[in-house]
Amino acid sequence: MVVTTSWYLALGAVLFSIGAVGLLTRRNPLVMFMCVELMLNAVNLTFVSLGAELGDLGGQLSVFFVLVVAAAEVVVGLGIIVAIMRRRQGATADDLSVLGG
Amino acid sequence: MEAFVFFASAAIVLTGAVGVLTSRNPVHAALFLVQTLFGVAVLFVLQDATFLAAVQVIVYAGAVVILFLFVIMLLGVDRAENLGVEPIVGQRPLAAVIGASLMGMLLTLLLVATDGPTGAPGRTAPLGDAGDNTRRLGEALFTGHVFAVELTALLLTVAVVGAVVLARTVKGPMQPLPVVVVATSTEPADADAGPDTAADEESEEAGDA
Repeated sequence: MVVTTSWYLALGAVLFSIGAVGLLTRRNPLVMFMCVELMLNAVNLTFVSLGAELGDLGGQLSVFFVLVVAAAEVVVGLGIIVAIMRRRQGATADDLSVLGG
Repeated sequence: MEAFVFFASAAIVLTGAVGVLTSRNPVHAALFLVQTLFGVAVLFVLQDATFLAAVQVIVYAGAVVILFLFVIMLLGVDRAENLGVEPIVGQRPLAAVIGASLMGMLLTLLLVATDGPTGAPGRTAPLGDAGDNTRRLGEALFTGHVFAVELTALLLTVAVVGAVVLARTVKGPMQPLPVVVVATSTEPADADAGPDTAADEESEEAGDA
C-alpha cells in the first residue's frame, strides 16, 4: 500500500481542525497556546508533504521560518500570560474581556 | 513498511492532539503535546526532512514545551480544571460544528474533489536525498534567503526584549485586574471613582519608576 501525499495532507487537515476546536473551546490561556502549536504543526506537515511531492526545498524552508516565528510567539505570549496571572491567579481568557474598556 | 510507519505515527499524532484537547490538567496537556510533536517528527523523517525532524524534537519538544511546563509550574496553575462548566451557552456545540465543517471541507477538497495535489516543481532549490538534506537547506538559507534569515534574527531579538519587559517585576503594589461587572443601572459612573483613580495613578507612577 502506497502512502500518497494526500494522506499526509488529510492528516494535517484533521490535526488543524482538532487544534481549531481546542482553541475555540478551552479557556485556560496556556492550553489555548498549545492548541495554536497543534495548528502550526499541521501546517508544517502540509508544507513538508507538498515540498516532497514537488521535489522542492521551498516547503522545508518555509517550515524553518514558521518554527522561528512560533518560538517568538510562544515567548511573547507566555510573557503576557505571566504578567496577567501575577495580577489575578487563575485568570481565564474570559477575564481578559476587561481589556475591551 | 512506509504505510505501517505512517499509520502508527498518525495514530500517535491524533491521540496526542485529542489528549491536548480533553485533558483537564495543563501539565497533562503539555505532555500530550510532546507526543504529537514526536509523531510529526517521525512523519518528517518519513519524508526525508531529517534536519527539520531534529529541529522539531530539539526546539519544539525540547524548548517550547519545557517553556510551557516552566510557566505552568511558576504560576502554580497545575490544578485540574473543571471542564464541566460551560460559561458561554452553546460554545462547545458551536465549536464542534465549526471544527467538523472545517475538517469536512478540507477532506472533501483533498480526497474527493481532486486527484491530489498539483503544481509545478521549483527550479531554484531542488530537493536532494535525505543524506544531503541539511547541507542543501543551509545553502538555500544562507544564499537565496539570507535577508529573511537576518529578519528572523531581528524578530527573535525583539521577542526576547519584549518578554523581559513583560515579565519584569514592577516596584510597588500591583494593581489587580478589575472584576468584570456587567452594568445593570444607569447611575453616574464617577460616583465612586475618586479613590480608585487615585490608586490607579499611584500604581502607574510606581510602574514607570
